[in-house]
Amino acid sequence: MPKRTVAIALSLIAGTLGLTACGSSGGGGGKHLALVAYSTPQSVFEKLIPAFEATTDGKGVSFSQSFGPSGEQSRSVANGLHADVVNFSLAPDVERLVKAGLVSPTWNQNATHGFLTNSVAVIIVRKGNPKHITGWADLVKPGVQVLTPNPFTSGGARWNVMAAYGAQLKEGKTPAQAQAYLTALFHNVVSQDSSARNSLQTFLAGRGDALIDYEDEAISDQKKGAAIEYVIPKDTILIQNPVAVVGQGTTSDSAKSFVEYMLSPAGQTIWAEHGYRPVISGVPGAGKFPTPPGLFTIDSLGGWKTVTKQFFEPETGIVTKIEQSLGVSTAK
Amino acid sequence: MAAGRRAGFGGLRLTARGGSLLGKGLLGIYLTVLVLLPIAALLAKSSTGGLDAFWREVSNPEAVAAIKLTLIASVIVVAINAVFGTVIAWVLVRDEFPGKGIVNALIDLPFALPTIVAGVVLLALYGKDSPLGIDVAFTRAAVGLALLFVTLPFVVRSVQPVLLELDLAMEEAAASLGASPLTVLRRIVLPTLAPAIISGVALSFARAVGEFGSLVLITGNLPFKTEAGSVYIFGQIQNENLAAAAAVSVVLLLAALLVLALLTLFLRRRSQHVL
Amino acid sequence: MSSSGEGALPIPGAPSARRSSTRSAARPPAAAGARAARRRQLGVRAIALGYLALLLLGPVAMIFYRTFEHGISPVLNAATTPSATHAFWLSLEIVAIAVPLNTIFGIGMALLLERGRFWGKAALGVLIDLPFAISPVVVGLSLVLVYGKTGWLGDWLAEQGIQVIFSVPGMVLATAVVSLPFVVRETMPVLRELGVDAEQAAETLGASPWQTFLRITLPGIRWGVVYGVVLTTARALGEFGAVSIVSGRIEEQTQTLPLFVQDRFENFDSTGAYTAAVVLALLALGTLLAMNLLTRITRRRTEA
Repeated sequence: MPKRTVAIALSLIAGTLGLTACGSSGGGGGKHLALVAYSTPQSVFEKLIPAFEATTDGKGVSFSQSFGPSGEQSRSVANGLHADVVNFSLAPDVERLVKAGLVSPTWNQNATHGFLTNSVAVIIVRKGNPKHITGWADLVKPGVQVLTPNPFTSGGARWNVMAAYGAQLKEGKTPAQAQAYLTALFHNVVSQDSSARNSLQTFLAGRGDALIDYEDEAISDQKKGAAIEYVIPKDTILIQNPVAVVGQGTTSDSAKSFVEYMLSPAGQTIWAEHGYRPVISGVPGAGKFPTPPGLFTIDSLGGWKTVTKQFFEPETGIVTKIEQSLGVSTAK
Repeated sequence: MAAGRRAGFGGLRLTARGGSLLGKGLLGIYLTVLVLLPIAALLAKSSTGGLDAFWREVSNPEAVAAIKLTLIASVIVVAINAVFGTVIAWVLVRDEFPGKGIVNALIDLPFALPTIVAGVVLLALYGKDSPLGIDVAFTRAAVGLALLFVTLPFVVRSVQPVLLELDLAMEEAAASLGASPLTVLRRIVLPTLAPAIISGVALSFARAVGEFGSLVLITGNLPFKTEAGSVYIFGQIQNENLAAAAAVSVVLLLAALLVLALLTLFLRRRSQHVL
Repeated sequence: MSSSGEGALPIPGAPSARRSSTRSAARPPAAAGARAARRRQLGVRAIALGYLALLLLGPVAMIFYRTFEHGISPVLNAATTPSATHAFWLSLEIVAIAVPLNTIFGIGMALLLERGRFWGKAALGVLIDLPFAISPVVVGLSLVLVYGKTGWLGDWLAEQGIQVIFSVPGMVLATAVVSLPFVVRETMPVLRELGVDAEQAAETLGASPWQTFLRITLPGIRWGVVYGVVLTTARALGEFGAVSIVSGRIEEQTQTLPLFVQDRFENFDSTGAYTAAVVLALLALGTLLAMNLLTRITRRRTEA
C-alpha cells in the first residue's frame, strides 16, 4: 500500500483528533463557563453576561452559550454536553441531571428553592384581540385556533397544559371536567411546534388566533414591535424556571458567583427589565407585573413528579390519551 | 470477460500482500466507524426489549400516523416527479428557448440547497405573506410541497442522459409508417425511458422518506395530521424514547431499502430483455 | 445502453451525461401537421416551465428578494457579525475535513468494488448506499448511540479524553456519513469504462502499483472523482438534520451555517437568517457552476 496514502490518511485522522483536544480542553488562561439554557432567555443573557463580567467576581470569566428547547438541552447535558451553569424551563429538566450525577441533590435548597425567574402563563392574541379572548373558556369555543408547543418535547408546553388544567380546578370543576376541557382545548390546537420559540414563530407567521405562552415571551415580543397583545387569565400557573451549577470542577466557584449575581438585586433587575418576574423582593420594576387573583403553583397540582407521571407518560399519560383520541377521530 | 485475468489492481490487489491488507483495513475501519457501528447500534436499540417492544413502539398510533403520512406523501410526490420530471427532461433536451442553460443549471439547486433554507423559502412563498396569495403552510399540502421541492432533480437528471441517447430515427420511422405522436410516445419513447424514470423515482423516494429540515418549519408538526415520520422520530429522541425512535427509523429505512431493492431487481430483469 | 441494469443508480449531474444536456435534438418537422406539432411543443414547454417557475424559480427569487428588500447594508452587517463569520468558517472547516476523507475512501472503495473479486460485494454496496437512504435525524441518533457519553464507545472515549458528540469531530463525523456515497458512485462507472488494459500494460512494463495508480488510473478517473467531490461538497455544506443533533448548539463553537440560519430565524432576526441563507445558496450555486464547467471540460475531452 502506498506509504504516502497511509501517511495522508493518518495525518487527517490525527488532525481531526487534534481538533478534539482543542475543543474539549478549557483553552488558555482565565476561567471559562459553559452556559446551557432553554431558548427563551437568550436575549437576556446577552445583557446579563457582560454585566456580570463587569463585576469583580466576573472579571476574566469568559462564556460559551448554548440555547435550545429545554428538554433537548437537558438531555444533551446528560449525554455529555459540557455545562457549568444550566437554566431550564422547568425543574424536572434539572432533576434529570441530578439523576445523572451531574448536579448536586441539594441544588434547590436555597432561599429561592433553586428558581431563577418567575413568569405566568398567558394567552397571546392578535393586536386588537379580534376574537375577544379573555380567558381559558374562550379557547375552547368553536372556530378558535389555538397554538401550543408539543408537550412531549417542550417544557413550555407542559406549563401551558397544567395552567389550563389547574385553572379549571380553580374554577371549581372536577378533575374529570378539567380533563374534558383539555380534550376540547387540544381539539382547537392547530399546530404543535417542538419548542415555545417555534410556536411563537408560527403564530407570528399568521397561524392561529391564540397562543398560550409565557408572559416574558409576550413582553419581549411586544417590545420588538410584534402586533400582539396578551391576556393574563384570572386563574393561571406560576411558571418557575430553575438554575443550577453543574459539577464540582475548577469552574464551580465562578459558576456559583454567576448564579449568585443573577439572583442579586442587580441581576434580578435585568431580568425584570426583560419581562421576567423576580424571585426576590424589592426589585425595582417588579410593580409592573399584575398578580392574577387565582395564581397557583405546580405544587398545588402535586408537583412535577406526580404531574409528569399522570399526564405526560408516553403511553399512559392523560395528555397522551387525549392526543390519541383526537388523532383517531380526526385522522383521515 | 475478466476470467483468466488477474483479479484486483495495483495497490489494492486482493492477494494477501501486506500493503493491500493495510489499505483494505483502513477502508474497513472507515466504513465501520461511519456506517457499520451506527447502524448496528440503531438495530440494537430498536430491539431492546425484544420483538414485542419493537412492535409496540411501531404500532403506537401516533407513530403509525406519522409513518403513513410519510409513505403516502412520498408515493404521491414521486408519482408527480415521474411525470413532471420526464416532461422537464424532455423540454431540456428536445426544446430550445432563451435561458435554457440557466434553467438547466438551476435544476440541481434543491439537491445542493440546505433543507432549512428550502423550508424558509417555501414558507415565504406559500405561507401567510405569500405574494401569490397561496397559503398552504401548516397543512398536509405543505408536506407534499416541501418533498416535491427537495426531490425535483432526481428524475430529471436520470432521464436526461437517456433521452440524449435516444435515436430519433426510430421515432421518425414509426411516424412515417402512420403512427400518431401518442402511439410513438407510448410504444417507443416511454418504454426506453422507463428504466431511467424508475431510477429517478427510487432516488426520490429514498430522499422523501428521510426528509426533515424543510418539513420542520413549514408543516406545523401536528401529531396525526401533519407530523412526518422523521419529525416523529426527532420528537421521540427529544422525549428520551430512544427505542421508539430507533424502531420507527428502522421501519422507514426498511421501506426505503425495499423500494430501492425492488427497483434494482426490476431494472436488472429489464436489462436482460434488451432488444 | 445505460449501466442502470447493474444496480448502480445514476446520480444527478453524473458525467454519464457526457453530451451537452442542453443540446437540442429537435429537427424541423415536416410541413404537414407542423402547426399541430408546434402547438404541442409550446404546450409541453409551458407545462415544464410553469412547474419549474412555481417550484424552483419562485423560491429562489424569493430568497434574494427577502434578503435585499431592506437594502444592501443590513445584509452586509448581518454577514459580518462574529457569529455569522464563525458559522461560515466552521462550515468550510468541516467540509474541508469531511470531503477529502470521503474522497480517499471513495476512490479506494471504488477500486475495491470494481477491480476486486470477493464475496459480499452487493452487501458492501448496500452499506455504502445506506447513508443516502437514511433520514439525517436517524444518522444523528445512531451516532449518539455509539459515540455519546452513554453510547457503546462512550466510556472508552471518555477515558481517552476525546469528545466526539457535542463537539466539532462529531459534526465532521455526521457530515461525512451523510455525504459518503457520492465519490464511490461517481467513480465506479468511470473505472468500469476505463478498463484494465492500460494498467496491465503499465505493470508489464515494470511500473509499481503506486506509479500505475498515479500515472494511469487517477488521470483516467479524474472527472468522475471531481464530480463526486462537487456533489459531496454540496451535500456536506447544506447538511442540517444530523449535525443539529450532534452539535450541542454552542454559539460560535458548534454552529454551522445551516444551524446559524435556524438560530437567527428563531430569534426573529430575519435579515440575519436570510443573509446566511443567501450565502449558502451562493455557495451551492458556486458548486453548481463548477459542476457545469466540469461537464463542459469533460465533453471537450471526450469529443476531442
